[in-house]
Amino acid sequence: MTSGPAGTAVSTEAPAAYLDRYGRMLLIRVFETEMQRLFLKGEVHGTTHLCAGQEAVPVGVCSALEPGDWLAGTYRGHGHALAKGTNPDALIAEMLGRATGVCGGRAGSMNVIDVEHGLVGCFGIVGGSIAAATGAALAAKREGRVAVAMFGDGATNQGYFHECLNFAKVFSLPAVFVCENNFYGEFTPMASVTAGGDIAARAGVFAIPARTVDGNDVWAVREAALEAVGRARSGGGPTLLECHTYRHYGHSKSDPAPYRPPEEVERWRARDPLTIARTRLLEEGISEADLVEVEDATRARMDRAVEAALSAAYPDPKADAGTEFAP
Amino acid sequence: MTLEFRVAIRQAIIEEMERDESVVFFGEDVAAEQGGVFAVTPGIQDRFGRERVFDTPISELALSGAAFGAAVAGLRPIVEIMFGDFMGLAMDSLVNQSAKYWYISNEQRSVPLVVRSAVGGGGRFGAMHSQTHATWFQGIPGLKIVFPSSPAEAKGLLKGAIRDDNPVIFLEHKRLYSVKGQPPAAGLDVLPLGRARIARRGTDLTIVSAGKGVPDALEAAEQLAGEGVDAEVIDLRTLRPLDLGTVLESVARTNRVLAVEEGPRTGGWASGLLGQIAEHGLHDLDDAWLLATDELPIPYSPALEDAFIPGAGAIAAAVRERAGIAVGS
Repeated sequence: MTSGPAGTAVSTEAPAAYLDRYGRMLLIRVFETEMQRLFLKGEVHGTTHLCAGQEAVPVGVCSALEPGDWLAGTYRGHGHALAKGTNPDALIAEMLGRATGVCGGRAGSMNVIDVEHGLVGCFGIVGGSIAAATGAALAAKREGRVAVAMFGDGATNQGYFHECLNFAKVFSLPAVFVCENNFYGEFTPMASVTAGGDIAARAGVFAIPARTVDGNDVWAVREAALEAVGRARSGGGPTLLECHTYRHYGHSKSDPAPYRPPEEVERWRARDPLTIARTRLLEEGISEADLVEVEDATRARMDRAVEAALSAAYPDPKADAGTEFAP
Repeated sequence: MTLEFRVAIRQAIIEEMERDESVVFFGEDVAAEQGGVFAVTPGIQDRFGRERVFDTPISELALSGAAFGAAVAGLRPIVEIMFGDFMGLAMDSLVNQSAKYWYISNEQRSVPLVVRSAVGGGGRFGAMHSQTHATWFQGIPGLKIVFPSSPAEAKGLLKGAIRDDNPVIFLEHKRLYSVKGQPPAAGLDVLPLGRARIARRGTDLTIVSAGKGVPDALEAAEQLAGEGVDAEVIDLRTLRPLDLGTVLESVARTNRVLAVEEGPRTGGWASGLLGQIAEHGLHDLDDAWLLATDELPIPYSPALEDAFIPGAGAIAAAVRERAGIAVGS
């Protein structure tokens, strides 16, 4: 990475680095496809919020982070965890409620925590990730680290968003606020419940720099994230990135998303982040064979993870006794 | 040399910040020259600098959320939510983030933070600056709730809370801030959480309370002693987890228990405690009742507020009435 005009960071990486990112995006997609399948088989319980279609945002953002940096995700967080480095074996086992899960089966789909990989947690309350990252940034500041909050467009109407952006700016915290704007808060169109309609513009009143980013283009997300992370790490304070993206599934398991016009869904599916990445990688000289190799390896990786999780033991309720408090 | 309650709190913060670099302290007006609206923390910012001690926006959700994230990421925050009544705004982060983290993370990491607040009535502050918010948090697994009764207890328990690896809600009764008492005895300057203490030995009944309820109960016990009733007084210190063992042991000797709570009868620690005594100590029990507040918001007028809050006189009267003692007989 070098410094470009106006202080922006410019990637000088070889396309091969993006082949890895493509593989990570595909891992998230395959993970979500497996989640859908396993849910229908009754192996995944409760509800799930799938992020298929949004993979470029967490993968692009996490590619700009160092291992010691923090990320806080949402209940639509499988992609956040996998992008930050959570082991897919441990993540799928968590979804299946097994003892080998990343949280021992105690957390489930919406509340994954993986401190070892810098995942503060995924939060089942809309906007919770914003506070978690703001606080992590308070600690990270001492160590030259950065904390990132992932959240949806719906969270920008929560007190968490407004209070924490103000808080982070006032104390010049090394935080990056990444809005995954998928244009729907649960079943409700973002535009109908979001005054002004421009999420990035909301940063302006806090004097926080902001950018609107094509969230389905992992190159664009990474470039914007590099700039924001660089600003945070060098003492320049927080940044808001509004990444436009789209979920392929409904809000949750109970939602077939009938409220979305078919032509809108088609338009976004034509801009699938995986298709965009694959096409560009071919244009930049990555061979079809290399892509297929990554794709096959990723699917085989996920198959092994699912198989291992399905045969893993469930946690023992008796082991929960006396665990309310840290000793 | 005596120690004032607010100074005891200040000393605990200073001593723990000196002991541990990871302890930070922030809140509304806490770093200002006056040291908060109750003048508890003046001078602490001068001592430790702006990176470790700072004033925040009036933004309770951001405050509690920042404390949570900072605790996960390696700090040990002490935050002040000025009045306990403001805790509604801080609640999501405390309840859904801090309290649950240790368990749902499968014990990957705990959340060591302390949320201090001024609580309690009697100050004529009205319905939104007089509550004791412990009731709201009584049923939240993973949270500890501490309510000290004296300057020495405040210092020891706050130091214990700061060293505890769990999220702790720390209640400071505003009518205790100016109370002066003995400093902690040697070896008792750090009190571990979750252990009650017997504040007065007695044989006829056990009065259980916490916070300002303890000096009130002790005063009532002195009044009753002159009337031939020898009351034992238990200072719970920690409302969650409750030290049921100490209470049951006392009740086994006295066979009568009165729980005194400055808060509504419904859903508070006192009703929960009586339920647990009934469950585990029914065979020792001749009588059990509670003295709490009416199911109303806390009123403003001195005439209303004084009648509303169970002070020493009300505690003594409750015992006399229950025991069938006619005053002056």
